[in-house]
Amino acid sequence: MRTVLVLGATSTIAQKTVHRLAARKMNLILAGRQPDQLETMKRDLEIRYQIKVSVKSFDALDFDGHEMFFSNVLAENDRIDGVLLMYGAMSDQREAEQSFAKSRKMIDVNYTSAVSILNIAASYFEKKKHGFIGAVSSVAGDRGRQSNYIYGSTKAGLSAYLQGLRNRLHKSGVQVLTIKPGIVNSKMTYGTVEDSPLLAEPEKVAGDIDRAILKRRNVLYTPWFWLVIMLAVKLIPEWLFKRTEL
Amino acid sequence: MVKSVKQEMAGWGNFPKYTGFVYQPESTSDIQAILEQETGNQIAYGLGRSYGDNALNKDNGMLVLDKMNHMLAFDEHTGILTCEAGVSLADIIEVFLPQGFFPPVTPGTKLVTVGGAIANDVHGKNHHADGTFSEFVRSFDLLLASGEMITCSREKNTDVFWATVGGIGLTGIIVRATIQLMRVETSQIKATYEKARNIDEAFDRFQENDANFKYSVAWIDCLSTGDSLGRSVLMRGDHAEKVDLKNGIREPLALPKKPGLKIPVHAPSFALNYWSISIFNQLYYKSYKNETKLVDLTSFFYPLDAISDWNKLYGKKGFVQYQAVFPKDNEPKEGIRKLLEKLSHEKRSSFLAVLKSSGKANDALLSFPIEGYTLALDIPIKRELFSFLKELDEIVVAFGGRVYLAKDSTLDMETFHKMYPQWEQFMMIKQRLDPGGRFSSSMSRRLGLG
Repeated sequence: MRTVLVLGATSTIAQKTVHRLAARKMNLILAGRQPDQLETMKRDLEIRYQIKVSVKSFDALDFDGHEMFFSNVLAENDRIDGVLLMYGAMSDQREAEQSFAKSRKMIDVNYTSAVSILNIAASYFEKKKHGFIGAVSSVAGDRGRQSNYIYGSTKAGLSAYLQGLRNRLHKSGVQVLTIKPGIVNSKMTYGTVEDSPLLAEPEKVAGDIDRAILKRRNVLYTPWFWLVIMLAVKLIPEWLFKRTEL
Repeated sequence: MVKSVKQEMAGWGNFPKYTGFVYQPESTSDIQAILEQETGNQIAYGLGRSYGDNALNKDNGMLVLDKMNHMLAFDEHTGILTCEAGVSLADIIEVFLPQGFFPPVTPGTKLVTVGGAIANDVHGKNHHADGTFSEFVRSFDLLLASGEMITCSREKNTDVFWATVGGIGLTGIIVRATIQLMRVETSQIKATYEKARNIDEAFDRFQENDANFKYSVAWIDCLSTGDSLGRSVLMRGDHAEKVDLKNGIREPLALPKKPGLKIPVHAPSFALNYWSISIFNQLYYKSYKNETKLVDLTSFFYPLDAISDWNKLYGKKGFVQYQAVFPKDNEPKEGIRKLLEKLSHEKRSSFLAVLKSSGKANDALLSFPIEGYTLALDIPIKRELFSFLKELDEIVVAFGGRVYLAKDSTLDMETFHKMYPQWEQFMMIKQRLDPGGRFSSSMSRRLGLG
């Protein structure tokens, strides 16, 4: 049976996605910072799907520990067939503008840590000539807007990183999936975004991610209409875009 | 800091609607944090299948617990499941029916949470045989107003157990429960359908041989009058065993996959009226013949779950469900006849009316069922409904009966006290556990339950 390592497994999108993977009988390694919640998820998934789930402590910001983390995961499992990076940090744009510490937290969590851990995973899969890497970026990375460009720029960095990684790993037959959700009803957004027709349920996003992995897609906009929206947003010329209130 | 969203919420009847602060806790520590950070009161909210206001909390907090839906332990030899309170019966059936287990008590929808099933002490078509949901609850963990968590069972914190069962969320937040599942051999029910020309016939049948069936319920046409008053279709059955299945069925526990219907918008309020329902009832009654056949579990127990958001058929104004139980030793048939006469006389159409016999009451202080007969009705909201419901309440009280809080939205405090004489004992336990009134709902304030 195949095994997938999920980094940031308690994020809302991850919680829904692991059910999809489990339903396809994939074993799971749930990694994150909340051991109690991960243990609860493990028991639930094992009962519901009769798969093997293990729990691993992972701190995205402990860059120096990433090598050790990954080799421990390899030592404890016969094989890994995929890595999903599903954590992220988003603080208020205004607060981040005023506080470099807040900006830096987003940069470190969303970008630096991804480079650190995915570099390691990429080398593993490159050697194995098999597997997939998926990471949750954001439509916010497609164009910088005054309302959230610090968060957006971290995701833009992540998207560009994944693009290059895909290019590198193509010849090894490793899939690299860039996941670009729009606004998702999640722990991260609950109580901070207005209810809107654009707000997607995480179950829908999880279904899209699962299908994109199966179909070995490169870039996933989820829900699909964000592809159209972001295409339009990207086409607006800069002299006009800078005058908008987006 | 656990965030909330100010939002209008309603139960399944879409009446009443109240605006309050909605939280989506994912763990016990989230709930503890909410209790610490907020000064207002809170009530647990599951999947919103209670009809009225027992999970609503105007201007205060509603803790939507559907994210706490993890299964924690299952013993395949004994069928004992420990799960978080937000796990639904639908989840349980999906996971365990293929392994040969089924919830031993289920209400008419599987879209209820385990926590809600305990807090309302729900019952099903087998109440006369097996009792309420709590009969199969081994224990549960209750988070108290103090932030402390206690385990309650028949042996441990016994008084809290019996106050929390049926206690509509007022003693604390049920976060986990251990329940006994029942073994089944197949996903089918061997169902016997029998028509009864009027209420006398229906009662005769119930009295004659209800004990022979595990499940028993009667659909009742509450618009028929005169000699046909209370004409009904009795639907009774038992779990089919493997030997009952036709040869060649390879997967006895599989359920048929059926396309579901969805009601996309609220129907205009005139859609379900006296005439449309009366035609429906005619056709429905005619569609049955006396026979015994195999039907799958979902069609037998949850005919309406196949139509998601069926409550929208009643339009934006919503509807109330009225369920009353009449004790066995106080002429229950007369009480039910009086209710039916009143309904058909006033042409208050009820799309769904269900009659069944109920078994012995349990020790829970606010649990609904008592031994006798229970009648459940849907009534659309229109023209002086509330004075009409008061008149129904009076009939129910006169016959020593009570109405079901899971479906209520209009009962007044005085009538409630008459129907649930153990309310004082309940309040003593409630005040001991929650002196600051941290758990409260729109219903509890209406009924004087703190």
